[in-house]
Amino acid sequence: MAYALQQLINGISLGMIYGLIAVGYTMVYGIIGMINFAHGDVFMIGAFLALIAVLLLQLGGLMDGPAAILLVLLFSMAFSALYGWTLERVAYRPLRGSFRLAPLITAIGMSIVLQNYVQVSQGARVKPLEPLVPGGIEVFREGGFVVQLSYVQMLIVGVTLAVLAIFTLLVTRTPLGRAMRACEQDQRMAALLGIDTDRTISLTFVIGTALAGVAGTMYLLRYGVIDFYIGFLAGVKAFTAAVLGGIGSLPGAVLGGLLIGLIETFWSAYFSVQYKDVAAFSILILTLIFLPTGLLGRQEVEKV
Amino acid sequence: MISPPRIHRNMILEVAGLTMRFGGLTAVDQLSFAALHGEITALIGPNGAGKTTVFNCITGFYRPSAGAIRLHHPGALPTDLHRLPGYRIARAGLARTFQNIRLFPGMTALENLLVAQHNRLMAATGWGIGAVLGLSRYPRAEREAVETARRWLQATTLLDRADDPAGALPYGAQRRLEIARAMCTSPTLLCLDEPAAGLNPRESDDLARLLLLIRGQGTSILLIEHDMGVVMRISDRVVVLDHGRLIADDTPAVVRAEPRVIAAYLGEGGEDEAA
Repeated sequence: MAYALQQLINGISLGMIYGLIAVGYTMVYGIIGMINFAHGDVFMIGAFLALIAVLLLQLGGLMDGPAAILLVLLFSMAFSALYGWTLERVAYRPLRGSFRLAPLITAIGMSIVLQNYVQVSQGARVKPLEPLVPGGIEVFREGGFVVQLSYVQMLIVGVTLAVLAIFTLLVTRTPLGRAMRACEQDQRMAALLGIDTDRTISLTFVIGTALAGVAGTMYLLRYGVIDFYIGFLAGVKAFTAAVLGGIGSLPGAVLGGLLIGLIETFWSAYFSVQYKDVAAFSILILTLIFLPTGLLGRQEVEKV
Repeated sequence: MISPPRIHRNMILEVAGLTMRFGGLTAVDQLSFAALHGEITALIGPNGAGKTTVFNCITGFYRPSAGAIRLHHPGALPTDLHRLPGYRIARAGLARTFQNIRLFPGMTALENLLVAQHNRLMAATGWGIGAVLGLSRYPRAEREAVETARRWLQATTLLDRADDPAGALPYGAQRRLEIARAMCTSPTLLCLDEPAAGLNPRESDDLARLLLLIRGQGTSILLIEHDMGVVMRISDRVVVLDHGRLIADDTPAVVRAEPRVIAAYLGEGGEDEAA
C-alpha cells in the first residue's frame, strides 16, 4: 500500500514533465500538422540552459531561495523559446507549402543537429548537479516503509499546473489564442481575415518550446543528472503521451503525459526496470492500433 | 465592341488587364472593370466563365499572370492587391466569403466574429501580452469587439445562436455568419462568392435585405451570383463574363436586354445556369 502510494507520487511528478513536453508536440501538430521531432531536443537544451543558469548564479553566490529557482526557470524558458523560434524560422518556414514529408525529415535532421551541437559544445559526459531543493515531507509510514513527498516533486506539480493554467487562459481567452485556433482550423481563411499566420505559427513554437524549457528545468531539479541524449527518450515518450491523449488536444497531452508517467513508474516498480521503455512504447503501438484518435482527440471528419 | 474601361473618380476596385493562365488554359483574358464606391457590383456569367478565378486573384489566392488589381481609398494612394500576401489584403480593407462555407467550425459563432477583429484587438492590447497581464485596456477593447460582433449577429438574426459552435448551425445561418464575419473586419469592399447558393426564396429575400443594409452602411459590395432575381433586384452595376472575357458592363436593365449576354447564357454551349 505504502509502496504503491510512493509510486503514485513519483509517477505523477514524472508524468507532469512528459505532459509539459507533450503540449509542445500537440500544439505544433495542431497548427501545421507536423510532428516536430526536434522538440525533445529543445527540452534537453532547456535542461542545459537551466544548468548554465544555476552555475552562473552559484558563481555570483546568488543561488539561494525560491527567487533564484524562478530566475533559473525564466532563463531556461526564454532561451528555449529563442531556440524554438530560430528552429521554425530556419528549418520549417522555408518548407511551408512543400510536400508533407519534407518538414518531418527536416525535424529529424534538426534533432540530430541539436544533439551533436550540445555534445560538441558541452561535452559528452553526464553533467551532475547537487540537489538544489533537498528534503521533503513524510506523508505516511507503514512498517519500515516511509512514503516521501519531496519538495522538488511538489515544486514540479505546482509549477506545471500554474504554467498550464496560464497557458490554457492564453489559448482560450486571448486574441492570440483565438488566432492560433483559427489557424489550426483553416489557415488560408485566417489569413484572409487579416491574421498574420506566419507570426502566429512562430508564436506557437515560442510558447511550445518555452514549456519544454520548463520541463527541462524541472527534469534537472528532479534528477540532477543530464546529458546531451536525454531529449531523445523523453521526446519520444512525450510524443507517445501526445498520441495517447489524442494529438492536437491540449488537455489530452497532459492526461497522456500523466498516464505514461504512471505506467512507466508502476511498471518499473512491479515488473522490471529494464523493460520500462518497452511498456511505454507498447502503449504507443496499442493506441495507434485500437484508438488512433487518442483518448481526447476528435475524429477527423472527411470533408465532402 | 466593348467600351474601354470606365475611369471613375469614385472607383473602389480597379481591375486592369487582368489575365490568368493555368498551363495552356486562359481562364481570364485581359479583363478590365471597376467597382464603384457605395455600389453593389455583380459579376455574372455562365459556368466556367472565370468569375471565381477573378475573385481568387482579387483576394490573393492566385497570383495573376498579368494585369493589375487596385483597391482605391478616398484621399490616399491605391493599394496594389496583386502584390500583397493574403493577410495584408484583409488589412487593406477587403473581405471575402466563399462558395463553400469556410467558417471555423470548432469555434462558436461569436468567436468566429472575434477572430475577424484580431488585428484591432491585438493592436489594442500590446500583442496579447496585455491580455495575459490583465491590463485595463484589454477588457475595454474586448468589450468593444464583442459589441461589434453582437451588432452583426443581430443584423444576421443569429444573436440567439452566439455560443453555438459554428459547425452546428443550419446551412442558411452559416452563410449569414460568414457575411457577418467578413463585415467584422470592417472592410471597405466586401466580395461575396455566390451568397445565395442553396438558399430558399425566403432566405434569398433576407440576404438581399442584408446586402442592401451593408451597402447603406458605406461598404461597397462585389458579388458573384447565379440567382438572377437577387442580382437584378439589388445590383447597381452588372459585369458579365464569358470564357474569361468581358462581354457587358452596365446597369441591370441594360444588361438584361443585351443580346450577347442572352446568347452566352442560352445559346451555343447550352449551359443552363441562368436559373
